[in-house]
Order: sequence, then structure tokens, then C-alpha cells
Amino acid sequence: MKRVYLDHASATPVRREVLEAMLPYFDREFGNPSAVYDLGSSVKQVIEEQRAKVAALIGARAENIVFTSSGAEANNLAIKGAVLARRNKGKQVIVSAIEHHSVLNSARFLERLDFETIFLPVNPDGLVDPDRLARALTPDTVLVSIMHANNEIGTIEPIADLAELCRSRGVLFHTDAVASVGTVKVDVNELNVDFLSLSGPSLGAPKGIGALYFGEKTRLMPLIHGGIQENGRRGGTENVPGIVGLGRAAELALWELPEKAGHLRNLRDRLVGGIREKVEKVLFTGHPHHRLPGHASFCFQAIEGESLVFMLSQAGIYGNTGSACASKALKTSPVLVAIGVAADLAQGSLVFTLGGSNTVEEIEYVIETLPNVVEQLRRLSPLWGRETVPYDQVACT
Amino acid sequence: MKFVKNQQRDETLDLVCRMCPMHLLEPGDRLKCMKKGQVLEVLTDYDGALDDIPEWCRKCGQEFIGLEEDDECYKLYIRKVA
Repeated sequence: MKRVYLDHASATPVRREVLEAMLPYFDREFGNPSAVYDLGSSVKQVIEEQRAKVAALIGARAENIVFTSSGAEANNLAIKGAVLARRNKGKQVIVSAIEHHSVLNSARFLERLDFETIFLPVNPDGLVDPDRLARALTPDTVLVSIMHANNEIGTIEPIADLAELCRSRGVLFHTDAVASVGTVKVDVNELNVDFLSLSGPSLGAPKGIGALYFGEKTRLMPLIHGGIQENGRRGGTENVPGIVGLGRAAELALWELPEKAGHLRNLRDRLVGGIREKVEKVLFTGHPHHRLPGHASFCFQAIEGESLVFMLSQAGIYGNTGSACASKALKTSPVLVAIGVAADLAQGSLVFTLGGSNTVEEIEYVIETLPNVVEQLRRLSPLWGRETVPYDQVACT
Repeated sequence: MKFVKNQQRDETLDLVCRMCPMHLLEPGDRLKCMKKGQVLEVLTDYDGALDDIPEWCRKCGQEFIGLEEDDECYKLYIRKVA
């Protein structure tokens, strides 16, 4: 059976070039980077080379990168670390309502430590309004965290404007760029951010590696206490194969980015156009233009997203409902709630995230197959035919 | 411990929130890039640095000038003499 993998936001295969770069660091180059002898110091040198490659991908300096175990840890370190390091400056944190759980729950954790957290609403396209942020900022605000691109609806936020606003008020700004790095150009100077999180699996590096950019003159309270690793910012012996994998993946991403973005955009537009043509009563979520090039997200009326994902997988098509955590907890996606999608329509969420290896033929197969699967599920649905939900308009809460 | 106030400095090294023993590693690296007679200001929130840095200066032949304390960190001053 044909296999069409369209869930690259969840996981990507480790690229062959990345795997080959990593392999020596599992056995031959096994030394502890902190050791003073050459088996260690040579590995330490390799880590610093990878740091420079990751920095180059986002326009940063190598000394402003700390390696982490994941994008989630990078988000935790940015939010808890920056806020705790500035705890004498203020007690308020602002995050958008559509952040990843690692941001939302870090902010909620800070509430337990007597910080106040503001969850900033977004408009129906998922955009944060700079004026709304301006009104939310107070002299007590320490940090604002707004994601660069949303993994569930693909919307790209106006980060440079939002960050500039915060900078003018002396407030630190963090962006979670896990969904965007390697897919669109990301430059920390253009975005004007103090902290930026990225993740290895988004780039074709293995799971278990991520990184955080931190700006000059920022401070981070460590989450993992240890010794001199990561220049005293994160304890624990370094995940050397993972770091090498991330460095190689970053290097490849930098070279391939312009061509890849165009390829993804073409495939995505064909996919959306095909589904729009062949399937009725489907809401396309996220911003129509300011969105990730390989990202297509929908809500199908009268269908359960999990059923659709399962049925599609039986036909060799792999997508996602968008929010694995919410889906497994039988909750409505907080992102879809935040953009105002009615609760029963939000149940029919389907997200396709394309990768560089996807082809036109694969997309045509999806366009041919998906309408039939939708029709089958709707025939079984007691909700089909009832006009209880506005499927073509949303009201932002 | 000698306390100072409004000490002039040529460079600042911010080690606030950085884990031990970075306060003993980074000053040496930074002093290598400075000229003799110049003063390095080290910012730290680590109490152990109050004993460690004067002792490190003695071992390395650098001059420990003194300490200033403010609301959020200690400021330790080192003059490069070696």
C-alpha cells in the first residue's frame, strides 16, 4: 500500500546525512566532553562546532545557544529560567492562548509561585493583536511568550512587531519557533527576540535534542543543576550524538530552506485547493496567507478527527488531529477554542504538515482518497445533515 | 573582605544564575583578553564566590580589589596584574 506521511510536525525521519554524522559519537568518539584529555576535548570542540551551525541557522552567535533535550525543555528554560532570574523586577507573565502545552504549563507553574499569568486571546485567524498586547503590558510584566508559528493552525505571528513593543517597555520576549525553524526563514535579529526555542525533530534530527537562543544581557536560572556543561546553564553530560545530529540538520536546513519553502507551499496549495473543491462543509483553520508553507488544517463537520485520522491511516495517509494531548484527554483543542471554532466542529480537526520529501503524486492521492473517507464517516454520523454548527464562520471568544 | 563603592571598571562579566564553578573559569578567560592594569567587574549571585574569587586571585597572581553588594547580586572587582 502507498504510504503518504503528512505529520511532520509530530515526527520526522532522521535524515540519512544526519544519522551518518551522528554514528561515530555513539562508539568511536565516546569521550566525555568535560574531560581534560584529548578523547574529551576533541568531542567538546565538535559540540562547539555544532553550536555555531545551529546559531547560523537563526542568525545568532554561537555563545548564545544552549542545547536542551527538546523544544519543550527549551520553552521551560526560557519561561521559568528568565522569569525566575528576574523575579525581583516583576510578577506578571503574558503568553498567548494558543501556545504549546510546554509554554502554557510553564506559565501555570509560575502561578503557583505567586506570579500572575495573562493568557492573551487571539483573533479567528489565530493572530495576536499588538494593540491588545500593548494594553495587557504593565510595569509588573517580566516576560511575554508568543509562538512564531502555531503547530495546529499554521498561523505565523507578527513576532517582530510584538517583540519590538515589549522591548520598548523593557519586557523580555520569548518565541517558540519549534514549528517554523527549518520551514521558513527565522532570524533572531529580524524578529528582535530575547529567547527562541527550536527542536531537532522538526529539522530531521533525532528526538531528544533541542536548543534555546538567549540574547545578550539576558539571564537564565538553570532548570537542571549540575556543573560546567553548557557554560553553567544546564547540567548533565551532553547528548553528543543528538547535538551532532542537530548541528548537521541545521546546516542542511540553511542550505535547503528557500527551495524547500517553495516546494511545500506548492504542495500545500494544491492539497487545500483539491479538498476545497471536493469536500463540502469543511472549515479551513488558521490564517489564509500568514501561515507555514507546508501546513494545512481543517475542521470537517459531523466527523470525529480521531476517526478520520484512523481511517486515513488505513489508506496509508498519515495526518493528525492537531492536538494529541487534548485528543487523548477527550478535550476540545484549546487552540481551536481560542480561535472561536464551535465545540462540535472542533471535534472534526485534521492537520496535515508536509515535508520536503512529499511529492505531487502523493498529494493527488490524498485529494482522491480523503473525500471518500469523509463521505463514509459522514454516512455513519448522526450529526450529518444537522445544520447546528456554523462551519464557515468563527466567532473569536 | 574589603568593600568598595563606585569602583571604576573596564569590563563586566555577568555570571548571575550561572552554576559553580563558572565563577572560577570565566574570569581567567576574560582577563586573558584584557590589558595589565585594567579592572574586571564580576557579577554573581553565588555566595561561595565571596571566598573563591579572592582565593583564586591570590593563586593566579591577580589583584582582588574588593566587593560591592547590591539588591540582586555581588560585584567583585579584579585588577589584572599578571
